[in-house]
Amino acid sequence: MGNERVNETRRNFLRKSAVLAGTILASSASQPFTAMIFAANQPDKSKPWYAIGIDIEKCIGCGMCAKACKSENDVPKDPFYYRSWVEQYTIKNDGTVSVMSPNGGIDGFMQTVPEEEIFKTFFVPKMCNHCYKSPCVQVCPVGATFESPEGVVLVDKEYCIGCRYCIQACPYGCRYLNPATETADKCTLCYHRLKKGLNPACFEVCPTGARIYGDLNDKDDKIHKFLKDHNTQVLKPNLNTGSKLFYNGLSSEVR
Amino acid sequence: MPPQLKTLLPLLAVFICLFLVARHFLIPESFGKYGHYRANSLDEIAAIPIHYAGKSVCVDCHDTEAALLASDAHSGLSCEICHGPGAKHVDDPENNKLEKPGSKESCGRCHSINAARRTEVIHQIDIKTHNAERVNCIDCHNPHAVWEMKE
Repeated sequence: MGNERVNETRRNFLRKSAVLAGTILASSASQPFTAMIFAANQPDKSKPWYAIGIDIEKCIGCGMCAKACKSENDVPKDPFYYRSWVEQYTIKNDGTVSVMSPNGGIDGFMQTVPEEEIFKTFFVPKMCNHCYKSPCVQVCPVGATFESPEGVVLVDKEYCIGCRYCIQACPYGCRYLNPATETADKCTLCYHRLKKGLNPACFEVCPTGARIYGDLNDKDDKIHKFLKDHNTQVLKPNLNTGSKLFYNGLSSEVR
Repeated sequence: MPPQLKTLLPLLAVFICLFLVARHFLIPESFGKYGHYRANSLDEIAAIPIHYAGKSVCVDCHDTEAALLASDAHSGLSCEICHGPGAKHVDDPENNKLEKPGSKESCGRCHSINAARRTEVIHQIDIKTHNAERVNCIDCHNPHAVWEMKE
């Protein structure tokens, strides 16, 4: 008798589970579940969806991008607040890797390692990757940081409570707490310039054209040519952040 | 219905009402229009004033320099790379003069020799030994026409 009762509930349980799973599957057909693919919204095909391309082979480490970024966005001048900065990687003949970024590269670079010790050396300009699965957006407890319809990750400084979760969450170290407003701050891809039809400041001042930005929704855009002509890589692809900053000539030493 | 529920249900109703009223006043007006954020912040960020005016504005007035630069090795460069942010200068040219750098340090940011710079991308010199008797690069070179040497 006991056995029969157990079987009855098991049958009911399986039946209910099947109905539940079927309902979820059926409802997902009407509204696809995209949270695994996009942290925020799926890109709107009628609007631009920006991505960045940086050619490490063309970067000469003049640091103008870092300098222009500070001027354009009124970033505090102290040498630890950066929205955009340049690092010089030097791999010595003995295999040691040293990374230098004196004042973010704003004052330019001097070669400090003797030439005969260098195996290879190159500059890596860094900035916000404007990820579409942004860890920083996902951790914000109040919805103060978000991905704009153009694919630009922004901070609403009126709404930010300064809890610093996003600063810890960003695997690329692209955020800082603005000491003046006590809110999180970061690269906006010069959203205020994009909306006025101007290039972001770092792209405007790059003398060699090492950095470009473009619209991923527009197949004729220069970013598509960049992605087609170069073997590009994103930083920390294992973290699956959906970075939209593509590097050409990225060496495996770069972190 | 048990008597405990009879007293607790109105309390729960009051609690829910208070929550809804508080929620109405605490959530900003445009929140959730496009996503889980305040839609008005997009316009606020877009309204931030600019500092870099862009090359197209510079060449409107400085047409002689622009014509000289057009056929030079520096033709692809934006004016504000060397001269600094110019939006204030555009608004009031008389009272906001831009910098005119030309020292070995400022030109050396791009042109001083460095193993990380590729020779096919940028022309490099050793700023310490290159024409050591001259102080500034612009003593010999015109930055808008680099190979037209001054005496």
